[in-house]
This record gives sequence, C-alpha cells and structure tokens, in this order.
Amino acid sequence: MTLSLYVPVASPVHRAPAGLKLGLLAALAVALFLVGRLAVAGGVLAAVLLLGVGVARLPVRALVAQVRPVWPWLVLLLAFHLVFTDWRTGTLVVLRLLTLVVAAAVVTSTTRVTELVAVVEWLARPLAVLGIRPARIGLVIAMTLRFIPLIAERAAAIREAQAARGATGMRWGMLVPLLVQVLRLAHTLGEALDARGADAPAPPRRAGASAP
Amino acid sequence: MRWGRRAASRVTAAADLTRTAIELRGVSHDYGDRPVLRDLSLTLAESRVGVVGGNGSGKSTFARLLNGLVVPTEGTVLVDGLDTRTQLREVRRRVGFVFQDPDAQIVLPTVAEDVGFGLTNLGVPPEERARRVEEVLVRYGLAGHRDHPAHLLSGGQKQLLAIAGVLVMAPQRVVFDEPTTLLDLANTRRIARVVEELEQDVVVVTHHLDLLAGFDRVLVFEDGRVVADGAPAETVRWYVDRMS
Repeated sequence: MTLSLYVPVASPVHRAPAGLKLGLLAALAVALFLVGRLAVAGGVLAAVLLLGVGVARLPVRALVAQVRPVWPWLVLLLAFHLVFTDWRTGTLVVLRLLTLVVAAAVVTSTTRVTELVAVVEWLARPLAVLGIRPARIGLVIAMTLRFIPLIAERAAAIREAQAARGATGMRWGMLVPLLVQVLRLAHTLGEALDARGADAPAPPRRAGASAP
Repeated sequence: MRWGRRAASRVTAAADLTRTAIELRGVSHDYGDRPVLRDLSLTLAESRVGVVGGNGSGKSTFARLLNGLVVPTEGTVLVDGLDTRTQLREVRRRVGFVFQDPDAQIVLPTVAEDVGFGLTNLGVPPEERARRVEEVLVRYGLAGHRDHPAHLLSGGQKQLLAIAGVLVMAPQRVVFDEPTTLLDLANTRRIARVVEELEQDVVVVTHHLDLLAGFDRVLVFEDGRVVADGAPAETVRWYVDRMS
C-alpha cells in the first residue's frame, strides 16, 4: 500500500509549480460540469491523457493504478443512468469523472508531497491571525500520508500473529493490540519530532514569499 | 568479531567539531512511583562511549537525558555547560538522537523529504537544504531512493535514513538507542561501519557487544545505576560474566 504517488521524471509538468497545477485541476473540475457535449468531454479526456503520458511521460500503468479503484463506481453510475435516464447522459457523467480522476492522478504523480503540502500551508496562512501555525497543518497532512501505510502494515502483522495462533477472519480483537502499538508509536514519534527540531519556533520566511 | 576503527577515513559531517562534554550531576529519574535512574554523577568527554545493561536497567532513559528528551526528576544534565532543562533547543542542535525503531523516526512520506525535515525546522534556505540533503543521501547510499516511499525501504535502509535525517542537521554528538536491535547481521555490520566512520562523538546504547569494539569507554547499567565503567575489553568481559 502506498499513498506517495510521485513518479520521478524530468518533464515540464513535473517542473510546473504545484499551486498552478492544483489551480488548473480545480478550474478543470468546474469547467467539466459546464460541458454538455460528448465529443468535447471525450476531447478533454484525450487531452489530459496526452498531457500525462505524452508530456509528463508518466507510465500508463501509474495512471491505470490510480483509476482502477474508481472503475466499479463508474460502471455503477453508467448502469444507473441506463436505467433511469439515457446512455448519452450516463456516458457524459462517466467521462467527466474519469477525466477528473486522470487529471488528479497526473497532478499527484508529478508533484512531490512536500510541494502539495506547501500549497496547503500557503492557503492556510490567513489562519495565522488566529494563532494557528500553517506549517503544523502541512505537517499533519504529510504525516498522515506517511503513517497510514505503516499502521496498515502493523495491522497486517497483528492479523498474521492472531492467525498463527488459530484465529481466522477479521475480528474486533485486533483493535486493542493495534491501538496499543499506535499509542507507543505516537509516543516515540513525539520524541522524534522534538529531537528533529519540530518544536522550534517557525523559521523566518523571506520577505515577499509567494505561493509555491 | 571486530569491525575495527578507521579513524582516518571518517566522514566529516558536523558543522563544528569542537569536542563536546556531557555532565550529569546527581541525576535521578522516576516514572511515577518507579525509579529508573538513581543518583548518577559522571562526565562523558570521550569520543566513543558505549552503554550496556539488561532490559529495564535504565540505559534508554539515560540516553534520552543526553539531548533533553527526558528531563531528570532530580539533578542536572549539562551539555557543554548548557542545561537540558532550560536550554533545550541549543542542546538538541548539538546532540542528535537515533531511535531503535526507524519507523517511528521517519516523519515524511518520501526519503528526500524526510531527510530535509530537520533542516526545514532549523529554517535552512531551500538551496542549501537541497545541497545538504543530496550530500547525505549520496553518502549513505540512498540517492537512488530519493523519491521512494520511506515505508517501502528495507529495515537497514530505514535505519540509514533515520541516521541520515539526524546527521544532515550536523550535530556535534549523536546518541544511538539500540540502532541495530531490529536488524539482521549484514545490516548490523553496515550500521556499525556508519557509526565507526562518524566524525562526531557518539554514545551507543546496545545489546550487540561487538559494536563496542574500539570504543573508548563502556558503561554498564543495572537497576538504574552505573555498576561498571571503563575500557571496553574489561568492562564488556565483566558484563558478560555477570549475565552468564
């Protein structure tokens, strides 16, 4: 399991500022829902694919891997429209969502987590007047991405240990040992954050620092 | 088995390699009603100090005192005269800490991002940060994993990443808390080589006694006290006899 989807390639899309890419993704999301013609929606999907595979030089399998979990929902959506509306509306809706998923995959595959987090921190800067440190918000997001796979690994290890002693299937009994492990991990993590200077005052920023 | 010291080939990584001294004056520490360290008074001025002892003997708490992760219930810990109770940030700039479980120490999702974490906290400018991260990644053989998710690394690579994340901050002394406990023999040797090549002073808490070959001093902990303190050859032999 991995939540870090960055694919390191030298391309203009990779070099583009993360803020610009996220802004364009948001604009695309709005624009797609203004599109009413199938041919236009199909053309936008083709353009996004061209950008991802042709310009950003992402492996097709990287995009397919990110689209795969959404397939069942797209099929269900199409089936719903076939029953309750018509095939044209269903195809349009599926094309819109598929285009958005592929575009989001292109953004996450060409942007490092720290760059995405820097955008979130920049957007959260107004919260500083309330005493909230934007860097803390960014750190929480980055650490969530880091620790979800780790906790999943620990859960799998507990499941294995229980299975080795004859238990089968998913049980509530694994929650207590997992919780204990997570609390221990959190304690050491807190120490590690202190040891690596995370409790230091916010570092000085250059005057006129702009969006990432 | 000995790894031997190769002082001449050690890597220079610390910004300022002035010898540090850590002094404990009448230090005791309790966790609630349970005393874990009792009235310790000693000075660590040697370049290579090893710490051994049974489980629960207080050695990990002792290690945490050295960079202020734990503040003593009684007494004072001084790093180059800086009190860990009142001058914590300066102490932590001087003394880095490597934990037993690297998974708990790796904070950010990818390798290069995690190495740069401490530098970001220090306010190091992006250009210098990138240069120092690259230097450390190359030194520890992690350059090829720069953008890889940290959790997909092997156990040995994770421990190297944890060490790289500390060394990039250029501390003057590094405390290792059982850095090889979770590793196989090959990775234990790899980490041992990294430790022996460090220019910085080190304090290593370990159950792997081979790691202490060539050290200047070894402390043996038992029931919260230092019960033996001296050159590794005699001290380790005494400890092994006592544990037999």
